[in-house]
Parts: sequence; structure tokens; C-alpha cells
Amino acid sequence: MMEAETQTPLLRISALTKRFGGFTALDNVSVDIPPGERFGLIGPNGSGKTTLINCISGAFRTEPGTVTFRDEDITRLQPHMRTRRGIARSFQIPRPFRSMTVAENLMVGLDFAADTSVIVSEAQRREAMMSILTRMGLASKANVSANQLSQVELRKMELARAMATHPKLLISDEAMAGLSSSEVDEVLDLLMSLADQDITIIMIEHIMQAVMRFSDRVMCLEAGKIIAIGTPDEVMANQRVQEAYLGT
Amino acid sequence: MKRTGIYFWTGAALFLGGALLMTQLIGNQYPFFAGYVILQFIVLAVSWSILGGYAGYVNFGTAAFFGMGVYTAVFLFKATGAPLPVQIAAAAAVGALMGFALGLLTLRMQGIFFSIATIAATIIIETAITNWRYVGGAAGIQLQRPAVTAPFDNYVEMLFFVQALLVVLAVAVSRYIQRSWMGRGLQALKDDELAAECTGVPTLRLKLMACVISGALMCAAGAPSAMYLQYADPSSAFNLNYSVSTLAMSLIGGTAHWAGPVIGAIVLGTTQQLLTVTISSEVNVLVLGVMLVLFVVAAPEGIIGLVRRFRRKRNEGEG
Repeated sequence: MMEAETQTPLLRISALTKRFGGFTALDNVSVDIPPGERFGLIGPNGSGKTTLINCISGAFRTEPGTVTFRDEDITRLQPHMRTRRGIARSFQIPRPFRSMTVAENLMVGLDFAADTSVIVSEAQRREAMMSILTRMGLASKANVSANQLSQVELRKMELARAMATHPKLLISDEAMAGLSSSEVDEVLDLLMSLADQDITIIMIEHIMQAVMRFSDRVMCLEAGKIIAIGTPDEVMANQRVQEAYLGT
Repeated sequence: MKRTGIYFWTGAALFLGGALLMTQLIGNQYPFFAGYVILQFIVLAVSWSILGGYAGYVNFGTAAFFGMGVYTAVFLFKATGAPLPVQIAAAAAVGALMGFALGLLTLRMQGIFFSIATIAATIIIETAITNWRYVGGAAGIQLQRPAVTAPFDNYVEMLFFVQALLVVLAVAVSRYIQRSWMGRGLQALKDDELAAECTGVPTLRLKLMACVISGALMCAAGAPSAMYLQYADPSSAFNLNYSVSTLAMSLIGGTAHWAGPVIGAIVLGTTQQLLTVTISSEVNVLVLGVMLVLFVVAAPEGIIGLVRRFRRKRNEGEG
């Protein structure tokens, strides 16, 4: 990962600010994420983590500040344009397409944002869908309605649907929230295996153990500002991070 | 996949053949008079469902599109004496433009706000037409039907067949959309617009496309109506009843499948025609209301939903 630091960043966030009325959710946030990095994003509730990824994925428009992805300014692009350029995300509270089966959920991504240099025909799309589902351990659920999935299956399906858009950057927003410890390990292993395939991953998580195990680098937000950024150990040792988390 | 396509087109050909045969064999005018109205509602319900069903954007502006279709035909007929096919094609073009404009203005609104905007649009357009003297203004306008073309020996019979053609067109378009990437995208955005965007679905563009196609078909369905009644006036052409009936037919039939609105329009349309003859046309509205309430409570997914539930149960029973 060290040589990655010298490359041009995959994602560059510069001087990003997001206000909701008089409330500043993100205040002048700048960070570079090199390709291939496993990036952990932590911070107490309401510190701006989800707002930051909403700005990256395009759900929110930002006022001052720019988002650059693979050397292209994407600040003004709509979410679907960003997805097609390679930014995929999961949601904190899963948002499956409830009237569809698991397979159809993935087909949406493959229909609209598949890698068209590789996947052209309907048969190839189906093949890609099944291979993602198999990798995610959801193959047996392909024809089950998204409505009938358990919590951990929903989380996996969200990641699988994101994978269907062939992302270069995957943002996982608390994909492990509310899962049992064995399920956390399962999802963490999945994310690890995705990271091994040259997918850069931003992981938002409250489960510290998972963040520590996963991340090359961790950033901690508090009240919309970066209070620490560095290796997991550095960040955990940081006085302000401990104060923000433990309230001491 | 291919086999269902063959079934579909065979069915369509049989339907058109049957309609044509009816015009040649049946002497009584009444079946065509009543049948025309049912066919017209099939077109309206099927096209409404493209935006209202697949995308979940409830459009109360059916009357605006229908009325514009009527008045496009009236204007063209009075100004140039254009033949029926030209009237219908022009109405479709006007409907597409109107769908595009209305969509651009209103599709950023979601849920009930979109619906209210479509009602407002209907009123604005109706007011404009009411104040346009050239097409008759509030008093309406009388139209003289031109001579009928062979093989038909009566104008209403010809209109009946033309409307049957529009039914096949509308159903084919709706079926194509449902089964294509477009249908999948619309269904995704109906379920969750943000999640759809983040999965690569260009939601606004898809909604606009649905609005344009739906608008074009609804306007086309209205165009022959001027010649059918030989008369047009704003308060009947833009009557809210068109909006309500169309919506009720789509919902009662079920919007998840293209066949839903077809079934709904046949069931409700036939009931309405029977009631008009046996009791009175006023009872229609009452029956419509009661049926809508019953379905919303007992079968929110319409007749299609009931059939699917029944099939699933039977499959589980067998399994």
C-alpha cells in the first residue's frame, strides 16, 4: 500500500463544506484517497460521516468544495453519472428494490452501469449476476424476493448490487450495523476479498474492531471536521479521538 | 421469451381480425358505439400505467392529454380538413411534447405533489381552450364527418377499428417497456429513487421518457373522439371523469403487469356501459367509487395481484 501514496489519488475531496440551513454538517473537509486503499471513516453519531459519502455519491450537492474522481471533477454530476464512472455505495439503512427478487436487484445495476467493454449480451449480464451472487454467498437466494431477506442477507445484497455496477470505489455505510459477531466477520471477510480485487473501499463503521482490522488508514470526523487521520493505531492513540468517542 | 412473443402477436392479430369481422357482419350500430368507449379506455388505462404504474407517478392529468387529443383533431380538421390518421398522428406528437413539458416542470416533485401539479395543468389547459374562439370556445363546436372509407360502411365502425389498432399499439409499447431495461429502471425508481440513482439508473430521464410515451398515447386515444361525437366542448373533453376512470381501471386491473390495465378497463368499461343502458349514466360514478374502494382495501395489487397470489398458493400447495 505504501507505493500507492505516490500515485495520483483515485478520489480527491478538496475544501468540501455542506450546510443544512444554519447547521454546518461538513466544514472544509479535504482528503485524498489513493487507488487500492482500505479507508476507514469513523466518528461519533452526527459527525458528518454519512453526509460526506452522500456528497461523494452525489445524493447531496455541495456548495464550496470539489470532488475529483480519477482526475475528473464530478462535483456537479448526478448520482447515476457517478455510479457509471465507478463510485458505488451501500446504505446505512438498507434500501433494496423491494418489489424485485435478489437477482433482479442486481440486474438493475448490470442493465444501467455494467462494464460495457466486457458485458454486452443479456446472457453475459446473467452470468455476471450469478458470479457476484455466488461470491457474496447469496446464490441460493437469487430468486427470493428482496422483501424476505434477513438483515445480514440484505447487507450482503446491497454490497452485491453495488458490485454489479463494477465499481472502482465502493463506499460501505455501516454494512455491519446490527449484525451478530459471526455475521460481522462474514461481511468483513467479504469486504476484504473485494479490496483484494483492486477495489478501493471506504468503510464507515462503529464497530472499532472491524475498522481496526480492515483499514490501511483511518479518518475520524467530529462535528463536520477532521480531527485525526493516519494509521489505525495512530488514530486510536489520538487524544481528541478518545475524547470524541468516550466523551471524557 | 420468444414463444410468449409469438402468442402475444397471434393474440393481437386475432383481436384485430375479430374487430374487423365484427364491422363487416354486425349491422346494429350500438355494439360499436359502446365498444369504442371501452377500447378508448383500454388505451387510456394502458398508457396511464406506463407512468402511473411502472414508475409510480400518479397522474391525474389524463383528461388534459385526452382533451388535447380531441382539440388537436378539432383544430386540424377545421383548419385543413386533415384526414383521421393525420389527426391521430398529430395528436400523438402534441401529447409527446406536452408530456415532455409537463414532465420537465413536474417530475422533480414526488408523490402527492406531482399528482396535484397534474390536476393544475388540466385546469390551465382547459381554461385556455375554453377561451379560444377558433375551436368553439365554451359553447363547443359541431363537426361534420367526412365520407367513410372502404371496407367500412359506417363512420363509427371505422372509428371502432381505428381504436382497436390503437389498443394493439398501446399494449405492444407497454409490454415492450415492461420487459426491457426501461421497465426494470422504472420499477427500481418506483421502489426507491435514491437507491436507483446510486445503482446507475438515470431516474429523471427515465421518468421523462415514460411521461412522453404515456402522453403521446393518451392524446392519440382522444383524437378520434371528436369525430365519434361529431362535437367537442371543453368541459366534456377535459372532464375529470376521464382521469378518475382511467386511474380506477389501472388500479383495479393491477399495474405490475401490462395486462392489468387491459383487464381493468374491460371489466369497468363494460360494467359502465351496462349500467348506462340498464339504470343511468349517473350510477357509473357511484359504482366506480365503490369498486375502487373495495379493491384498494381487499386487493391493493388489483386483479393481477389476486391472480398472482392465487398461483403462488397453488404452487406452494403442490410443492
